[in-house]
Amino acid sequence: MSVDLSQDYFALFGLPRRFFIDDAALEAAWHELQSRVHPDRYAHLPDSEKRMSMQWATRVNEGFATLRKPLSRAQYLLELAGVDSGLETNTAMSPEFLMEQMEWREAVEEAREAGEMGELEQLHHRLRQHAREVLGGLAHQLDEARDYAAAADTVRRLMFVERLQHDIDEALEALEE
Amino acid sequence: MALLQIAEPGMSAEPHKQRLAVGIDLGTTNSLVATVRNGIAVCLADETGRSMLPSVVRYGAEGDIEVGLAALRTQAVDPKNTIVSVKRFMGRGLKDVAHAETMPYDFEDSSGMVRLRTVQGVKTPVEISAEILRVLRQRGEASLGGPLVGAVITVPAYFDDAQRQATKDAARLAGLDVLRLLNEPTAAAVAYGLDNAAEGVYAVYDLGGGTFDLSVLKLSRGVFEVLSTNGDAALGGDDFDHRLYCWVLDQSSIEPPSASDARRLHMKAREAKELLTSSEEAPIHAMLSNGEEVDLVITRDQFAEITRHLVQKTLVPVRKALRDAGLGPEDVKGVVMVGGATRMPHIQRAVAEYFGQEPLTNLDPDKVVALGAATQANVLAGNRKAEDDWLLLDVIPLSLGLETMGGLVEKVVPRNATLPIARAQEFTTFKDGQTAMAFHVVQGERELVSDCRSLARFELRGIPPMVAGAARIRVTFQVDADGLLSVSAREMASGVEASVLVKPSYGLSDDEIAGMLQAGFEHAGEDKELRALREQQVEADRSIEATEQALDKDGALLSAEEVAAIRESIEALRKARAGSDGRAIKAGLDALARATDDFAARRMDNSIRGALAGHKVDELEI
Repeated sequence: MSVDLSQDYFALFGLPRRFFIDDAALEAAWHELQSRVHPDRYAHLPDSEKRMSMQWATRVNEGFATLRKPLSRAQYLLELAGVDSGLETNTAMSPEFLMEQMEWREAVEEAREAGEMGELEQLHHRLRQHAREVLGGLAHQLDEARDYAAAADTVRRLMFVERLQHDIDEALEALEE
Repeated sequence: MALLQIAEPGMSAEPHKQRLAVGIDLGTTNSLVATVRNGIAVCLADETGRSMLPSVVRYGAEGDIEVGLAALRTQAVDPKNTIVSVKRFMGRGLKDVAHAETMPYDFEDSSGMVRLRTVQGVKTPVEISAEILRVLRQRGEASLGGPLVGAVITVPAYFDDAQRQATKDAARLAGLDVLRLLNEPTAAAVAYGLDNAAEGVYAVYDLGGGTFDLSVLKLSRGVFEVLSTNGDAALGGDDFDHRLYCWVLDQSSIEPPSASDARRLHMKAREAKELLTSSEEAPIHAMLSNGEEVDLVITRDQFAEITRHLVQKTLVPVRKALRDAGLGPEDVKGVVMVGGATRMPHIQRAVAEYFGQEPLTNLDPDKVVALGAATQANVLAGNRKAEDDWLLLDVIPLSLGLETMGGLVEKVVPRNATLPIARAQEFTTFKDGQTAMAFHVVQGERELVSDCRSLARFELRGIPPMVAGAARIRVTFQVDADGLLSVSAREMASGVEASVLVKPSYGLSDDEIAGMLQAGFEHAGEDKELRALREQQVEADRSIEATEQALDKDGALLSAEEVAAIRESIEALRKARAGSDGRAIKAGLDALARATDDFAARRMDNSIRGALAGHKVDELEI
C-alpha cells in the first residue's frame, strides 16, 4: 500500500475523494485515528514519541476540521485538483450576486442597530437555508460535472454567506451582553 | 502488506506493575488528591480521615508554613499572612483581581502576575499554590508507598494560557511531574460517564469556589468529545459569600471593619450560606473586635433574592456554549452538577428551569473532579487495561490571536477547536537586512487587543538578512493537549530556524522558576544535583522499558541490523544509568532517542494504517 498519509486527508480518513461524504464514517475514522495517535496514549513514553504523537494528532484534527465543514471540504478538493479558487484576490462576482449581498448586509446592519434579536435570528435562519441550496449545486459541480471553475465560483459565494453569518453571530452575542 | 499484530500504545505489558499516579483537584476553596486502587478511583485522606484540604496557606513568622485546616482556623488571627482562594490570582495582574481593595493582603504593585508581601517575603501565587500541591503530593506518596510517576492536575476549562501555565509551574515547584492538565468539567464527565455508561450529549455545570465552567460533551462509545466550553474564570461560590457579607454590613450598618473582622464575617457568611442548603433560615452571629455585635437571621428566599444576579450570570456562558455547539437546551440528555456551590437550592432550580429537566446530583459534587482526574492519571501513567479503551477529545476555550495594525486582533486559533491544534501564518520583513521580528499574542474573543488577555510577546531572532519583503517567515502556533501554546518560526526560503524569545505578560520567566526551584531545594535541605540525577535515572528506566516493549511488539518492522543497533543503545544507557554521572545518562538518553526515532515513526505509521484497515481501503480514489 503506497498511500502517502501525510498528503491527503481523504486517504488518511479512509474516505473516497469527493464532496459528498458519509459524516458518520468521517467521525468514526476520526475517533479511530485519535485513539491511536492522541497524546494521552503516549504520556508515559519518551519525549521523542510524545512529539510524534502530538504532530500526528494535530494533523488528524486538522484533517477532520477540514473535511467536516462543507465549505472547507470544497476548498480542499479544489486545492487537490490544482484549482486556485482565488479566495483572497478574485472578487469578480456577478453584479446580481453583489447586489443580493448588499441587501443582506443592510438588513443585518439595520437589525443590529435596532437591537432586533428576533430579526437577526430570522436572517440567520434564511441564510442557512440559502447556503443549503447552494451546497446542493456545489455537490453536483464537484462530484458529477467536475466543473471546478464553476465550483470555485460557488465557493466564493459561500464564503460571503459564511462571513455574513459570522457577523450575525457577533451581533447577537454583543446584544446579549 | 504483511499481517502484523497492531500494538496498542499505552497498554501495560506487565499488569501487576502499577505505576503510581494521582489526580489532583486544585480548587479555589478546597483541594483533593485521588488515585485508582484495585481498579476503583478513591480520594486519599489525611491522618485524621479528611480528604478535603482547605486551599489555605499561612506563612508564619518563624519560617513555618501551614497548609489546610490549621491555616483556615487561624485566618482571622493573621489575615495578612494567611492566603485563601489563591487560585483567583493565578496568571492574573492586580487590576484583574475583583474586590482586591477588601482583601487583607499586602499586594505588591508591579506589572505581570500579582504578588503578595508576607512575613516570609514576597510570594507569587505560583509559590503559594505549590505549597498546597506539595502537601497533596506527600499525602499521595505516603498513601501509595513510593514516589509518584506523575499527576493529572485539573484546571477550570475556561482558564486561559497564563492561568494554565501558572498551574503547571506550581506543580513543577512542588516536585510533581504533570502528566496532563485536565479541564475540571471534562474530569467530572469522565467520572460520571464511565460510572453510568452514559451515551449522548451532556452538559457539565461546574460552579466552584471561584470559577464557573459550562462544557457541552458528546459521549459515544468510549469517546468523550467536548463540543464547546464557556465560563467565567472569576465567578464562584466565593462571590455568593461576598454578597452575603456585604448584606451583613448593610443590615447591621457597621463601619468598614478591620481586616480580621472582615475575615470573621466572611466565614460567618459562608457558614450561613451552607446552612441554607438544608434549612429555611440561618443565623449570623459575631462579636467584632470593637465590641459591636452582629446578630442577624437570613432566610433562604432572602438569600436567593440578593444573589439572583449571580445565578443569572452563570446562564450567559450556558447559552453561549450551547450556541457554539449548535444545540439547544432540549438537545441535552443530562446536566451534571459539579462543585460545592451547586448545592445551593436556587442554583439547582435555575438550572432545572433552563434545561427543562432536573440536574443530575447523584454524585458528590466536591469529589467528582478529583476522581475523574485519578482515572485519567492512571491511564496516562501507562496502567491502561483493555477495558480502559476510552478517549478524551478536549478543546481550547478561548481564541488565540495576534496583534495587528491599529491594535486589532487577527484570530489565529479559533475557540472550541479540538486539541492538539496548530496553525501557521506567514510574515515577511519590511526593512532591508531585517533579522528580528516581534509578535504580541493575545487570547480572547474581542476585536481590540486592549479587550483581550495579553499572553506574551515573542521576538524572532536569527532571520537571515535579505531585502525587504523577500523573507518568508512561517510562524507556527501549536497548542498542546494541556491547552498550552508554543511558538516556533522558520524562514522558508533559507530553511533557517528562527529562535523565539518569549516574554510572558502574566507568567513567570524560566529564570524565575529556576530561582524558586533552587530556593526550594535549599529550604528543604535537598541536594539539587542528587535530585536531578534521580530524575534522570527514572527517565532512563522509563525509556529502556518503553523501548524494550516496543521491540517485543513491533520488532518485525525492523531489520536485524536495526534491532541490533537499538539494543546496543539500550545497553549503553543501562551502563550509564548504573553510574552516577548525570551527563552520561543524558547523553545515553539522547543517543537512544536518536536510535529509535525512525522506529517510532514506523510504529506510528503502522498503527495509523491499522486504523485505516478497518475501513474500505479498496474504495480509495488516489
